[in-house]
Amino acid sequence: MAAEESVYSVCGMCSVRCPILVEKRNGEASWIMGNPHSPLKGGLCARGAAGIALERDTERPATPLIRVGERGEGKWREASWEEALDYVADRLKEITAMHGARSVLWSDRGGPFVDLHQAFMRGLGSPNYCNHDASCARNVQHAALSVLGMGRKLVAYDFRNAKHIILQTRNILEAINVAECNAVMDALDKGCKLSVIDIRSSVSASKASNFFMVRPGTDYAFNLAIIHELITKKLYQADYVAKYVDGFDALSAFVQPCTPEWAEKETGIPAERITAFAQELAESAPNVIWHPGWMVARYNDSFNVCRTAYIINALLGSVGVKGGLPLVNTPKDVGRKGLKKLVDLFPKPEEKRADGVGWKHPQFDAGPGLVNLAYDAIATGDPYPVKAYLCFRHDPLMAMPDPEALKRKWEALDLLVSVTFSWSDTAWHSDVVLPLSTYLSRESIIASKAGLKPQFFVRKRAMQPLLNTRADWEILCGLAARLSDVNPEMKKLAFTSIEDIWNYQLQDTGVSVADFAAKGFVELADAPLYREVEAYPTPSGKLEMISGKWSKANIDTLKPYTSPARPAPGEFRIAFGRVGVHTQGHTVNNPLLHEQMPENVAWMHTSRAEELGIADGDMVEVASAGKSAGRMKAFVTECIHPEALFMVHGFGHRLPVESRAIGRGVADHELMPGGLEVWDRSGGGLSLQEHFVTVRKA
Amino acid sequence: MSKYRLKLDKNRCIHCKACEVHCKSKNNTPLGIKLGVHTSSLPVMKDGVPFIKASYQCCYHCEEPACVDVCPTEAMKRRESDGIVYVVQEECIGCEACIEACPWHIPVFNAATNTVLKCDFCMDRVDKGLKPACVTACTTHALSFGEKQK
Repeated sequence: MAAEESVYSVCGMCSVRCPILVEKRNGEASWIMGNPHSPLKGGLCARGAAGIALERDTERPATPLIRVGERGEGKWREASWEEALDYVADRLKEITAMHGARSVLWSDRGGPFVDLHQAFMRGLGSPNYCNHDASCARNVQHAALSVLGMGRKLVAYDFRNAKHIILQTRNILEAINVAECNAVMDALDKGCKLSVIDIRSSVSASKASNFFMVRPGTDYAFNLAIIHELITKKLYQADYVAKYVDGFDALSAFVQPCTPEWAEKETGIPAERITAFAQELAESAPNVIWHPGWMVARYNDSFNVCRTAYIINALLGSVGVKGGLPLVNTPKDVGRKGLKKLVDLFPKPEEKRADGVGWKHPQFDAGPGLVNLAYDAIATGDPYPVKAYLCFRHDPLMAMPDPEALKRKWEALDLLVSVTFSWSDTAWHSDVVLPLSTYLSRESIIASKAGLKPQFFVRKRAMQPLLNTRADWEILCGLAARLSDVNPEMKKLAFTSIEDIWNYQLQDTGVSVADFAAKGFVELADAPLYREVEAYPTPSGKLEMISGKWSKANIDTLKPYTSPARPAPGEFRIAFGRVGVHTQGHTVNNPLLHEQMPENVAWMHTSRAEELGIADGDMVEVASAGKSAGRMKAFVTECIHPEALFMVHGFGHRLPVESRAIGRGVADHELMPGGLEVWDRSGGGLSLQEHFVTVRKA
Repeated sequence: MSKYRLKLDKNRCIHCKACEVHCKSKNNTPLGIKLGVHTSSLPVMKDGVPFIKASYQCCYHCEEPACVDVCPTEAMKRRESDGIVYVVQEECIGCEACIEACPWHIPVFNAATNTVLKCDFCMDRVDKGLKPACVTACTTHALSFGEKQK
């Protein structure tokens, strides 16, 4: 009889971190489902379902590796963990002795477990903790700060109580967060309306009652016309605006020329549809959620697209309101004590950040900075040399545009370390690869999740690693122990068991490690709490139509609209996005997910395909600035705007160690030459869709 | 037919393929073989909104299954209590007669073990009062499973 048991844990396939229940047989994970006690009620997406295939896959870093050839050449020697950690610690000691602690840079993928990473960097004495967000959500984060005065995650999306959901930069049913998908589907079942604004017909659009296929890069014009209609037709919530909105008159004057007729010329959406849509929104107010976006590193004005989304929510009275975007609660808001932070083991470094955030760019959020600007510091030594880079579960060579240019920026690094559970272009280019255990075979620190009902949750090890990999806490605490001889402070982080870390975190919270056994998480409130808003933490205390903080940095937050470039004859604007079965490029070599979708295809409009003599299913070659990024199949369809060429992100792998992924499909980020320098100066995000490509039949 | 039925609510289905991957993961099914098949059409524009057609097909668990009748070793069985049709792996000789006999060619041949595999509604789970893996873990709970209404 097989020994059967189960473990509550947290998924790690994408960046959502869904709660899971892992069934075990004879000590190994045998099946994974969504945590039945959570709002997932057992549901879990295909990526989450394929976690065991990841653990069993031997085509991932199996033991620590130290480079012996040139960077990127793929010549390694295998090392024991003792040797590899000694090697990294010794190199860090040399580098910091010569260039100071500030010469060390870190980046990760953000999320709920980064306190440990931040503590490690603080312990070292470096201010240069970054995450991946310059190529993801920085524009919406900064938009939230500029309108609400607080981060985007401090408001929730109360889908279940909404009457109208608008998705513009959020493909909610393909970039899957299981709990959110269920909340949206439950709302639709109850009669909530869904409107989708996109350049392409996604799965989300297939559930919509309104679908607006806008010309790529014109979302800002669309939103300005909606604001124009809400104001000129007096469709906004006047009482709410009087109480909570600052700068309404300036906004009214600003959108005065932005009529639906004007927007029609920009977006291609008929003026009467825009007018009717504004009317519909008003009918559902204040129970409207105009989603401000998730992955918004797209256009040069994406910051303003996100800002206008928040502004529309403000005009409809949905910010801070049930059925709209209510404020979330931290433990403190429900009268509980939060987790004790590991970063509090060390004083905050006084040094300025290498990326200029907080001093050269005072308006930006200093938390995770802007890693692309830190790369400039590596290349130029300005404001000071950055010589060591630790990259945790992050693949900038695939997430950022123009990998060859990025490699050149990294040439001045004396040490590049990847901590990773899968092969990636960045790991392949590193000096040292430290193989991270998969989320099934590692524990993580306890995380705190703000929400209508705030909670603590924990990832437990569901099985022992099948390869010679280690957990992040084992790696970082191991390095901390080794650095203690030159930096005695680091001893504080040299924990030798995860239980010791958990107990440190839970001090004075009234929660114990044993409390997680029942459900995998501990709720800190009995019922959802909708908090009345007194004042927003902006300079004016209100929702700011013109941001005071941005104005001080000389940035215009009611920025005049600029019409996006149209592609030259024969060209397309590159567009990319997500699909339910893959995530972030790192699942393309997963046996079960590769089987589902082995390659990406090029979506192009029927009229454009005809022009080029391309039929559905033909092989095409996609190039940018005359340089081919490879061949892929064409998907000829009416379901995309004629100016755009769309492909799912994450394909076109070239590493010989990935037998399934190699040579399949095309990598969109290779089609963005010079793209590291193209970013939204107002919001900080890269502008990944401000690039043009050519296509020919192969 | 068996006393159970498995149904897809197409309005809730988001074409994410979790049903297929959960089935494969739970049943340890080799690459290239699927016991449950989710089909999504490519999107086409219909009334200004894309339309995607979806279906989920696994075994129908027939009342008088042809696959059971033709099986020379009686490895293919129908459970009297609830009508679930299943294969006893140890008794299967991989002759593929069942695949030929099934009007929908539902059973699949596993070259690694020289036997036939098919959906058994995750009998081991059903016997514990649970639902098949594809249903329990369907991302949006678009799949449902239960006893048929008389």
